[in-house]
Amino acid sequence: MIELKQLTKRFGDIEVVRDLSFSIAPGTVLGFLGPNGAGKSTTMKMITGFLEPTSGSVEVYGHDVVTNRRAAQTLVGYLPEGAPCYEDMSVKRFLSFMAEMRGFSGVDRDRRVAEVIGQLSMNNVAHQRIETLSKGFKRRVGLAQAILHDPQVLILDEPTDGLDPNQKRQVREMIKNLAEDKIVIISTHILEEVSAVCGRAIIINQGQAVLDASTEALMARAAAYGGLSLGLAQASQEAVMARLGSLGPNVQIHVLGEHRYIVSGQPSEGSLATRVIECAQTAGWAIEHFEQLTGALDAVFADVTEGRV
Amino acid sequence: MANLSAIFKRELVSYFITPIAYVFILVFLVLSSAFTFYLGQFFERGQADLTPFFNFHPWLYLFLVPAVSMRLWSEERKSGSIELLLTLPIALWEAVVAKFLAGWVFTGLALAGTFPLWLTVAYLGEPDHGVIVSSYLGSWLMAGAFLAIGSCMSALTKSQIIAFIVTGSVCLLFVLAGFPLVLDFFDAWVPQWVMDTLSGLSVLNHFVAITRGVVSLKDGLYFLSMVALWLYLTVLALEAKRGS
Repeated sequence: MIELKQLTKRFGDIEVVRDLSFSIAPGTVLGFLGPNGAGKSTTMKMITGFLEPTSGSVEVYGHDVVTNRRAAQTLVGYLPEGAPCYEDMSVKRFLSFMAEMRGFSGVDRDRRVAEVIGQLSMNNVAHQRIETLSKGFKRRVGLAQAILHDPQVLILDEPTDGLDPNQKRQVREMIKNLAEDKIVIISTHILEEVSAVCGRAIIINQGQAVLDASTEALMARAAAYGGLSLGLAQASQEAVMARLGSLGPNVQIHVLGEHRYIVSGQPSEGSLATRVIECAQTAGWAIEHFEQLTGALDAVFADVTEGRV
Repeated sequence: MANLSAIFKRELVSYFITPIAYVFILVFLVLSSAFTFYLGQFFERGQADLTPFFNFHPWLYLFLVPAVSMRLWSEERKSGSIELLLTLPIALWEAVVAKFLAGWVFTGLALAGTFPLWLTVAYLGEPDHGVIVSSYLGSWLMAGAFLAIGSCMSALTKSQIIAFIVTGSVCLLFVLAGFPLVLDFFDAWVPQWVMDTLSGLSVLNHFVAITRGVVSLKDGLYFLSMVALWLYLTVLALEAKRGS
């Protein structure tokens, strides 16, 4: 259980995190979303005890991060933004060092380091200096040190930023496998990541939580959710507006561009897709493009963070 | 203590897996010898001692020690690895002391690399070995004091260059506090107790006292309390950054 109570952080006059309160139960993968500078990293740094809040509190399984920092930090694994580490060390030496700092020693330490290296498929680079590794491997080293002590809480600041699509997929798989019965907090501004790994999402903007919902509920908020993207080449815009508009008062039509439309809402009778196809057939429009929209998260994101909701 | 020794080892090894150690030791050996033989007139003096060698140490350390200390914390802050270190369940002072000790042992090793000079004077004449031992000790203590000042400055900034310059300047203040020129300048118009405090704070006076062969409790305590004070300030600086 992690609990944030009225968490506030000010740097000078700038309020980076404002009155943020929420709690996270074990078994949750929380996507922490927001535009750059929204306060995601700062919040994570306060949960890990790297920064102290200006006011408010963070409790990790009952341990206050300020007054009982070391107890809280024992339970947390942290991948800071950009996965910094001691790059002049080899992967194995670095992980051995981190394992020692986490209380492993001797045979235990070597066994645990070997396990984690295997788990993140780094056997081939174990003796290489970290500075010579690709971004993807560096990120894995960062993940490896975060999970060394099998922590209850994993805090990953932009774990897939800058990785290629394959590496992104791999990292997401790893996170999913690690997740069960732990608390995982992932910050990102890549929205597909949220639908891929997170069960819950919190969007913060200018230091405040503007939305806190399950990922499904979040996607359902998209204006275009359940709508249709249409391409009708030969039809005139007036004709399209008139015919589709007659489907019912709740049907909205957005003109995207020449011959491209987004139709959403519930028609007076039948389903939107069947009624739209009927219209097209009776009017003799050629359908060039037809797509059922599942609700793009970026639309929700834009709405929420630009204050349109 | 396990944490402290793990960080200490990591830090000490890191000097040697990068070129820093070799460049530093080489420059230290070349400069300290050059100063001794050319400026210090080692041979012309006709005395079998290492006074000309040790006399230059305060000045040499003014720019060599900041070069070691500037990376202690600035580099961690710059690369972001400080986020790893400070989110580990360790006490802050352990990290501060461990890093300092690694740097101190490292400068000690560089200093130990000058032993051929000792052999030289021992071969050429009959030096007072007690004086030489205490001078080495004094030199190492002085390096420790500078290093602790540097640790604090390095904790305050992520720029190694700023850490270097500020450390050099602060160390210079502590050296100059006991320099006759400076003392004479103040002599005319400040009360005697200020003068005493100034020269009491001077690195130079304490160092010179030790190189005369007298390791007094007072001089030893001076350097050790400088170390303790500046390391304590380092901890405060890091704590302040956590809360700022």
